Amino acid sequence: MKLSLGPLQYLWSRERTLAFYRAAADWPVEIVYLGETVCSKRRELGTRDWIALAHELAESGKEVVLSSLALVEAESELGALKRLVEDGGLMIEANDLSAVQLCAERAVPFVAGPTLNVYNHRALALLAEDGMRRWVPGVEQGQALLRELREAVLADGNGMPELEVIAYGRLPLAYSARCFTARALDLPKDQCGFRCIEYPDGLPLATREGAPFLRINGIQIQGEDVTDLGPELPALRELGVDILRLYPQADGMTRVIAHFDLVRHVAATPPPIGQRNGYWHGEPGMHVGN
Amino acid sequence: MQLVCPAGNLPALQAAIDAGADAVYAGLRDQTNARAFPGLNFSDEELRRGIAWAHARGRKVYLALNTYPDSARLAHWQAAVDKAAELGCDAIIAAELAVLDYAARTHPLLPRHLSVQGSATTAPALRYMHERFGIARAVLPRVLSIQQVERLCESSPVPLEVFAFGSLCIMVEGRCQLSSYVTGASPNRHGVCSPASFVRWEEHADGGRSVRLNQVLIDRFAPAEPAGYPTVCKGRFDVRGEVFHALEEPTSLNTLELLPRLAQAGVAALKIEGRQRGVAYVASVTRTWREALDRLAAAPDAWQAQPAWQQELARHAEGHQTTLGPYHRHWH
Repeated sequence: MKLSLGPLQYLWSRERTLAFYRAAADWPVEIVYLGETVCSKRRELGTRDWIALAHELAESGKEVVLSSLALVEAESELGALKRLVEDGGLMIEANDLSAVQLCAERAVPFVAGPTLNVYNHRALALLAEDGMRRWVPGVEQGQALLRELREAVLADGNGMPELEVIAYGRLPLAYSARCFTARALDLPKDQCGFRCIEYPDGLPLATREGAPFLRINGIQIQGEDVTDLGPELPALRELGVDILRLYPQADGMTRVIAHFDLVRHVAATPPPIGQRNGYWHGEPGMHVGN
Repeated sequence: MQLVCPAGNLPALQAAIDAGADAVYAGLRDQTNARAFPGLNFSDEELRRGIAWAHARGRKVYLALNTYPDSARLAHWQAAVDKAAELGCDAIIAAELAVLDYAARTHPLLPRHLSVQGSATTAPALRYMHERFGIARAVLPRVLSIQQVERLCESSPVPLEVFAFGSLCIMVEGRCQLSSYVTGASPNRHGVCSPASFVRWEEHADGGRSVRLNQVLIDRFAPAEPAGYPTVCKGRFDVRGEVFHALEEPTSLNTLELLPRLAQAGVAALKIEGRQRGVAYVASVTRTWREALDRLAAAPDAWQAQPAWQQELARHAEGHQTTLGPYHRHWH
């Protein structure tokens, strides 16, 4: 089983981002996803910077995939997406249909990212015709759905694409045209001052009785729980999962990656290092009640 | 511009047609559509009668099949597509690749509209759906500014439908898991958002109320404070020590004042949200938009949003408030 470092969802300073990926070059992850997936206004690293970083990491032996924005609205964002597809020379993680189309038109292979809404074997087969090589299911798809889908793929006489499952980190739950960080700071989105840089793990949102609930990350909403599918490794193996995706969080990633590197090589069920992911069990994603 | 109105049941369908809808959209009584609420939607026989009613008056009926079937349930969605063709629906409104593909192959003459749930916000995304599945129209997610809608009208390979009025999803449609994070039930998979079976109201001694969604406190209301339906996106939460509507206030989208610009841009159809709303809502909102559209067609240069129209629409809005939402840059 391979390990991947999912795309960085937060805005970190340029120095912090580059230092993070310098460290990642030495981590035991086989695959690194790079690029801005949340907000095109973030400019600590531009498209060219991400591509340059991608080539550096590729030279250090990593498989590098360039991740696209989940929500593409402006012409300028489409332009950046075209550069990513045409100039990157690497596989693309397509996080919306614009990216799928641009990849298909240029015969660039792609990973179907978690916001593409692939829920069944037929959709997978259609995307495979378009050049999909790997699939990252959306957050709400648990083991029962994946098992049924896999059986349907095999019954059709097809093979499963490489299967990558979100195994660690805060789950991306929703995207909007609105920037919720700017709203919380009472700033217009167009003059946001890139204040999300002050929240390297997202801005906590709690209920009115003080229960931590969600994280605000610009136009994206994440769950509060840092989920961990490590304890499900036996089931993940049985399902034929090829890659475990670990989303960068602000602290402790060296330890997290060392943990997953250790546990992927042993048969025993690993101890949890994060919260249980309810979606995996066909339940609400968050931990509700006691 | 065509006026497309919601029909949660047969009386609402008839009310919409009578009030001047050019087309109505409806759903079957199962999870194949994004308003799979108890007591709502159409049996086969009701749909047959609704289509006959509409067609007798020269209007159209679109069937919303806009949820995302998993592998085990795909055959059920395919059967729903067959049913739409057999009953004589004028189009299906679908989002999911396999559903669109099946419809295109099996019933090529049944027009396919891309649902708002399909999350297509750019010309390449629309091109994908057009080239792959021959969509005849696309409904845009409620994320684009009016300028972006105008530009997309120029570059889209298919005519576009936009939301004109109704409850406002503030997240990109098809990309919101807030309901399933809390309840396990999602718009994409189950056609529901924050289902009523998970909602619990608590009365307090002072006359105030609290509302929970599967145990998660969504909001508290002071005595006599108006209380809306507890979707996660419209609750009040604590961020940086301040309690406020962190995502959005209870408010409805109302684009009436943008009508001339939408027409000028070449928008093909306006959609009214609200299949879960009653006959009174459907009739009143449809009548208001019909009048606004007719006035625009008759005298485009003299057109102005009438205060009476705005008052009528505000009456039906969530929290009696309306917003231009994402069409207006300040909302973002």
